[in-house]
Amino acid sequence: MNFQFTEEQLMIQQAARDYAQRELIKDVLERDEKALYPTEHVKNLAELGFLGMLVSEKWDGGGMDTVSYVLAMEEISKVDASVSVIMSVNNSLVCYGLEKFGNDAQREKYLRPLARGEKIGAFLLSEPEAGSDATKQRTTAVDMGDYYLLNGTKNWITNGNTASTYLVIAHTHPEKGHRGINVFIVERHSEGITVGPHENKMGMRSSDTHSVMFNDVKVPKENRIGEDGFGFKFAMKTLEGGRIGIASQALGIASGALELATKYAKERKAFGTEIINHQAIAFKLADMAVKVENARNLCLKAAWLKDQGQAYGTASAMAKMYAADIAMEVTTEAVQIHGGYGYVKEYHVERLMREAKLTQIYEGTSEVQKIIISRSLME
Amino acid sequence: MKILVCLSNVPDTTTKIKLSGDQSALDMAGVQWVINPWDELALTRALDLKEKSEGKIDTITVITVGESLTEPTIRKALAVGADDAVRINLNPTDDYEVASNIAAWVKNNPYDIILSGIESSDFNGSAVGGMLAEFLKIPSVSSVSFLDMEGDKPLMKREIPGGTETIRVPMPFVAIVQKGIALDPRIPAMRGIMMARKKELTVVEPTGEGAKSTYIGFAMPKAKAKVKMIDAENAGQLITLLHEEAKVI
Repeated sequence: MNFQFTEEQLMIQQAARDYAQRELIKDVLERDEKALYPTEHVKNLAELGFLGMLVSEKWDGGGMDTVSYVLAMEEISKVDASVSVIMSVNNSLVCYGLEKFGNDAQREKYLRPLARGEKIGAFLLSEPEAGSDATKQRTTAVDMGDYYLLNGTKNWITNGNTASTYLVIAHTHPEKGHRGINVFIVERHSEGITVGPHENKMGMRSSDTHSVMFNDVKVPKENRIGEDGFGFKFAMKTLEGGRIGIASQALGIASGALELATKYAKERKAFGTEIINHQAIAFKLADMAVKVENARNLCLKAAWLKDQGQAYGTASAMAKMYAADIAMEVTTEAVQIHGGYGYVKEYHVERLMREAKLTQIYEGTSEVQKIIISRSLME
Repeated sequence: MKILVCLSNVPDTTTKIKLSGDQSALDMAGVQWVINPWDELALTRALDLKEKSEGKIDTITVITVGESLTEPTIRKALAVGADDAVRINLNPTDDYEVASNIAAWVKNNPYDIILSGIESSDFNGSAVGGMLAEFLKIPSVSSVSFLDMEGDKPLMKREIPGGTETIRVPMPFVAIVQKGIALDPRIPAMRGIMMARKKELTVVEPTGEGAKSTYIGFAMPKAKAKVKMIDAENAGQLITLLHEEAKVI
């Protein structure tokens, strides 16, 4: 066992922390309040290499390992989960999917600009009637010889409006069930695409979530990824890695709340002493610290397995489920420790609590993670 | 043209200072090390100058007098853009030892501009830059808050009481820089972090003079007295306490 991070991993963690604590913090409250997209931050993070940090250098990425990615995601998410979800979707769903399963022509054309962060990607799986049950896709892609004709609606799409490159999951042969599903690279400005209005969300209000409608959109044949019928496997494999990103995001939300609550408890006085000296508060903080540390270890274990080329699907499901659930618990307690101040926006913890909720829902609800974990026990 | 930036490896500015049991040294266990903030600003300015020099400034070298534990901070300097690094393998005791050893390196490896932070945030000696210039018999300018190149000629400004001085000196020289020389230090990009691994970090054994001072002991400042809050309506109680307890009236 070796719990020591490398010099590079520590440097990446520090770089992410510096950017978050120095830059993101400045306007996070305003962006949350007004639901403003973090255009400038996305550009800066692209220049620093965070948006394609997992892609190999060969394809213009940062060539970093998944452990570094967990460390960076935690630091960014401590301050702003709206920004970290943009980073997560681009890195671990879109870039990963293209690098791992695309062909060289697709990588050349689409992966390079995404890895450099010049363009942003989106992953279009959820539908109005197909969320956790991803096999029930209603979006169809009909083989027209030279191209596919895409029709349907996708929901809750992170980067839905800003993305230039969509990865769209659709049925080509509905009669074949999940074996009839394919995944296509679709350019955002293709004819027949309508992006719905910005969703007015409870949290992560600064990221742009939209529905996307496809009406007779022509998709070139060469934009299908993998063999015919590979789409469902593509989605499941890609989401395995995506879960590490969201687990690390939930970890960051929780550890950010723990840091704020600890600082506050050392400053705020009641009954003649700092409230951290009251066991009621001290024990809450102790419980929170153990949960955060457990979540961190689960995230790093899943990342380490992925870096070692070992199976990590169950580990990433455990990390995602646990980190998301404790993020909800820890942020709720952080608000409690802050008392009335916790309920107003300037103290950040109420925002972290709103953000935590989403981590239990997207990229596989906590319940779906339990299906994955329990099935691994049945094997 | 070559620039040398002197880096000091210091505890993170939020570190809680602890002393060893016999108070003869600082307890460095668990300390996070960073580049001295003034040196980091010096490096930032050097990088800015190199980028806009259109190739006239070829290399920026960073130099540290320290043992191997200083290498992570040296790597960070390389990750943000320094071209190469030198580490003089010595745990220095005082400014004299640091300056003398950097001077010994520079005598055999000349630079056109040498930058040093105005002080280090740990021991705050404020002496290395000036001593270094003396050892090398070259000009030094202290408290520099602006440095630019006008063609091949460096131009500096320093704050003085009631105004600003503008100064030009012949190269080579030492500029001892303070706040204002650059804005925020740079954050290393992924590419820089990857490249830092491949950049040259030369480790040399010390050839300069030893320390001239010995630390006898350290003492923590006295803990601040507790504050007593007195209700605004109880002015009488305040007077009683000032008279009987604080004995100031």
